[in-house]
Amino acid sequence: MRRTTSRLMRGIAVLSVLALGATACGGSDDSAGGEPVSGDDITAALEKGGTVTVWAWEPTLKTVAADFEKKYPKVKINLVAERSGDKHYTALTNAISAEKGVPDVAQVEYFALSQYALTKGLSDLAPFGADKLKDKYTPGPWNAVNEGDAVYGLPMDSGPMAMFYNKAVFDKHKVAVPTTWDEYVDAARKLHKADPKVFIAADAGDAGFTTSALWQAGSRPYKVDGTNVKVDFSDAKAKKYTDTWQPLIDEKLVAPIAGWTDDWYKGLGDGTLATLVTGAWMPANFVTGVPQASGDWRAAPMPAWTKGDKASAENGGSSLALPTLGKNKELAYAFAEYANSGDGVQTRIDEGAFPATKAELESPEFQSKEFEYFGGQKANEIFAESAANVADDWSYLPFQQYANSIFNDTVGKAYVSDTKLSEGLKTWQDASIKYGKEQGFTVE
Amino acid sequence: MTTLEPPVAADRPPGPRPPAKRNRRSWKGWGFIGPFVAVFALVFLAPIAYSIYLSLFRDQLIGGNQFVGLDNYTQAIEDDRFWDSLIRVSLFLVVQVPIMLGIALLIALALDSGRLYGKDFFRITIFLPYAVPAVVATLMWGFMYGTRYGLVGDINEAFGVTLPDPLSTDLVLASIGNIVTWEFVGYNMLIFYSALRVIPHSLYEAAEIDGAGQFRVITAIKLPAIRGALVIATIFSIIGSFQLFNEPNILRQLARNAITTDYTPNFYTYSLSFNGQQQNYSAAVAIIMGLITMVIAYIVQLRGMRKGA
Repeated sequence: MRRTTSRLMRGIAVLSVLALGATACGGSDDSAGGEPVSGDDITAALEKGGTVTVWAWEPTLKTVAADFEKKYPKVKINLVAERSGDKHYTALTNAISAEKGVPDVAQVEYFALSQYALTKGLSDLAPFGADKLKDKYTPGPWNAVNEGDAVYGLPMDSGPMAMFYNKAVFDKHKVAVPTTWDEYVDAARKLHKADPKVFIAADAGDAGFTTSALWQAGSRPYKVDGTNVKVDFSDAKAKKYTDTWQPLIDEKLVAPIAGWTDDWYKGLGDGTLATLVTGAWMPANFVTGVPQASGDWRAAPMPAWTKGDKASAENGGSSLALPTLGKNKELAYAFAEYANSGDGVQTRIDEGAFPATKAELESPEFQSKEFEYFGGQKANEIFAESAANVADDWSYLPFQQYANSIFNDTVGKAYVSDTKLSEGLKTWQDASIKYGKEQGFTVE
Repeated sequence: MTTLEPPVAADRPPGPRPPAKRNRRSWKGWGFIGPFVAVFALVFLAPIAYSIYLSLFRDQLIGGNQFVGLDNYTQAIEDDRFWDSLIRVSLFLVVQVPIMLGIALLIALALDSGRLYGKDFFRITIFLPYAVPAVVATLMWGFMYGTRYGLVGDINEAFGVTLPDPLSTDLVLASIGNIVTWEFVGYNMLIFYSALRVIPHSLYEAAEIDGAGQFRVITAIKLPAIRGALVIATIFSIIGSFQLFNEPNILRQLARNAITTDYTPNFYTYSLSFNGQQQNYSAAVAIIMGLITMVIAYIVQLRGMRKGA
């Protein structure tokens, strides 16, 4: 009996070592140090050729990759587009920690950049010359990709906030389209009174919207300095947000429908939901997801906190970054640059992307584009103005992905119980701080 | 006459075989169980061993991976989120499992009584939900629960009533219980029914001669005879309750605020791993949960199998 037991133990030990080995072995990296890479190096690499693996779900990159291959016939772009969102990050994190199968270029949303940058998962692109691209981009996206002197990604698109509203609903009930948040609450009451089936918006607790609203209000709940992190939702600006938004929940003026669900699309289509405050990348989703309401919707600036204030915020948007363990750095950078700063930008705009580059945003051609869905409105003018007015100094947590995942556990309670929004934010703050500490950050 | 050569074997001296030869192990048996052992070790023992190994470390965003001994376990034992989820599934267990098994037993007895027309039809239709994947079943029920565009909403509209929202914080656990019951009544019914079928007919005849009624037959013959099946079904249901995952995970898309990321222990470990990258802590929670499940299932088995208990 003793002998069999020890044999069993040895077997287990061997197997667990095997399982370990699978994660521990992996390719070595040809890391890009601080050495500057000259344009000649990149040109030489492009002439020599090679394969670049790109993990990105941005649909417009498909055409960009084909064009790039046409321009540089020796370079092959291997675009992996199956995963998006959480699944994408899980795969990327796993690949980086296994040091195996890491892509050469990866799409990383702005909120997730600092997490990878902090753990040295992404290469600094400044040595490739990315630091000189600063003036090409609008402030919001540029602010998101750069930390100190380092640049961790090239902005691909952006999501300046705007308010989309169902003009048919507002016209029918003769309610004025709100320009401030106070008017917004009034409009919510009027619309709901006129027709109890109409809600000003759907809101079942969405971290992206709440952080964008706080951003616009001037609250800066997250302060990040390397590994020192501060989380604080108690400032006066945050209170302004909770004071305005709380009545909408209390009086049941917002519909408890989560975004991107069937109910949500239906609500946007049948006039149940009167407005949607979100990023400028939304129009393409309207066209494909809510075709029945074509012509009813319009775009307007995001409601202001005080009349005449133009401050805006961002919601979403992503960059192309180079994982440290990726190969073919020069080629990878060349592709990211082509897609997000070079000829690829126009290709992507033509396919419906919302750019992060100033020149394109300001071009008459872009601004004068008439959106058939919005009844011929030149919606890009509104989006471009919003992009130019994004309030600066906002930063996300280095672990925003996790924080967002527990938003509904904490702030979400305000939507379904007696908990107040401000209390929910406090719980969210505490949970974020707890996680930050567990992950080795110095958190206040 | 030719002299017969003595057989070669006879040359061997009489007496016991040499010990060396006799103790030589026969490896034939291993050949038979080898494939099983290999697969078992690979898909069962190795993951468990690796989980235990993982649970002794902590990998932080800042500071990297380090050995922390039993720290993750101490943390889990003090973790309210874990205990809350355990209490939640325990509540689910004590309410939902008796209801589900009770219904399954009633149906099995009804089918076995031979008094139903279309018995085979009933049996297959009641079993059918089990053949629907849990994910599909939950999506389907999710649509029905919808107060806006779902069945509940339609009923509200058609009859001018306001039914309570099945996906609200207070009711969502009961709604999950309803889905699980719907899914597993047929499966448990089939276990009970097959156990009922093997009871010898002579017992029923004896009961009839003794003048026992149907109810007496059930309590005195049928229930004691399927005791084993009842215990097995209970143990499966306990394990199933503790491992509740699919239903809350899918319903969460419709009720994000009611179903938290730590709604059930399994969902909590999932969230820890995939949202928080806390695989090490997640492994510790999973191991503790596994042990608790084992202990409870074992107690039920011991008590259930004891004669006359």
